[in-house]
Amino acid sequence: MAIQNELTATLPITDPMLPRLTRVLVRRREGPETLTLELEAGAAAPAFLPGQFNMLYAFGIGEVAISMSGDPAVADRLVHTIRAVGETSTALTRLEAGDHVGVRGPFGAGWPMEAAYGCDVIVVAGGLGLAPLRPALYRILAERERYGKVVLLYGTRSPTDILYRHELERWRRRLDVQIEVTVDYANGPWHGHVGSVTTLIRRTDFDPLHGIAMVCGPETMMRVTALALKEAGLKEDAIYLSMERNMKCAIGFCGHCQFGPHFICKDGPVLRYDRLGDLLRLKEI
Amino acid sequence: MADTGQVLVEHKFFSDLEEAFRPLVGGCAKMIIFEAGQYLFHDGDPAEWFYLVRYGRVALEVVAPGRATLTFQTIGESDVLGMFWLMPQSHWTHDARALELTHAIAINANCLRQKCERDHDLGYDLMKRFVPILLRRLESAQLQMLDVYGHSK
Repeated sequence: MAIQNELTATLPITDPMLPRLTRVLVRRREGPETLTLELEAGAAAPAFLPGQFNMLYAFGIGEVAISMSGDPAVADRLVHTIRAVGETSTALTRLEAGDHVGVRGPFGAGWPMEAAYGCDVIVVAGGLGLAPLRPALYRILAERERYGKVVLLYGTRSPTDILYRHELERWRRRLDVQIEVTVDYANGPWHGHVGSVTTLIRRTDFDPLHGIAMVCGPETMMRVTALALKEAGLKEDAIYLSMERNMKCAIGFCGHCQFGPHFICKDGPVLRYDRLGDLLRLKEI
Repeated sequence: MADTGQVLVEHKFFSDLEEAFRPLVGGCAKMIIFEAGQYLFHDGDPAEWFYLVRYGRVALEVVAPGRATLTFQTIGESDVLGMFWLMPQSHWTHDARALELTHAIAINANCLRQKCERDHDLGYDLMKRFVPILLRRLESAQLQMLDVYGHSK
């Protein structure tokens, strides 16, 4: 039929709803209940932008949105850091090297890498929220001369929960980036900061008129972080948050991730605070 | 030896302190140094001093029976250490231990409270300085207590 032919002609070559079959190459434990999977990208895998996510399919169990957390310049593998919280994410954390997994993506709007050119960049991460920010940090460090002062403020639960510890230690030795880590509590040989991540913002010098903030973490943490950044002089349109909602189709069809007027899967997950601020205070959504 | 009043206004907390108040506050202050590992005070000690940290870092710790010492906050350069002094006859409810060589300005609480009673303008000035810090610490403590990193991103 002519109508069917027309529809077929407009379909993309790869169906965004169809998972690609891929394999686990590396499985690396990051901390309690958290691990990183490195997946074979394959020739069909499109390049991704820092801040985007994939839908990972644990066969026979379900599909879940997981942020890209690897270096966007490395094309041969997809890196995902996963915490076991539900049935699907728990199944993914039980995969071993060589096991198969389905992948759809990448999806969504990423961090404002080009908009941040020439600006001081304040990256604020909370807990597992460091994972979606790591690709942005890789990109910034690869193009370091394009950015002003670069600061990573990372808050997490305790010293044993610190993600990517070796990488943070390596970055900390660089002279062109400031890395500050704080934990909610510490016991044992910890000589770093203890306290909320907002205390680090108030101790950090940056140019608020030419600054941009990228924030990811639990929503409560992001709300108070955004307020602390505003107090420090940043404008609302210079603060970007990565939102998390229950994503299903990942292409803006099903509405599961609707957040006010936004579909987090398609319009986000990275959204500007001036478009989110009022919605974050609503309990109903 | 540096003049205490001058060092006082070099600290961020008192950098804009009115000229008239400087000798009043400075008269209650002394310079103090803590070696790494040295305790500034212990749980249960009378809260007779508070500190403006100039350099170094201090851990605020609690000890619970059968558990390792728990650090719940660190205080660093330009920070204020100790709020209990605001209430007369209060006691510390935690330990404070220097994590590294720490230079501080110690201010005698009783001395400063008496001056605030005599000069309410000074008291009001100090209230405006301390209340924002108290509120921020309360906000920070709330976040820590909520354990927001515990079970979700």
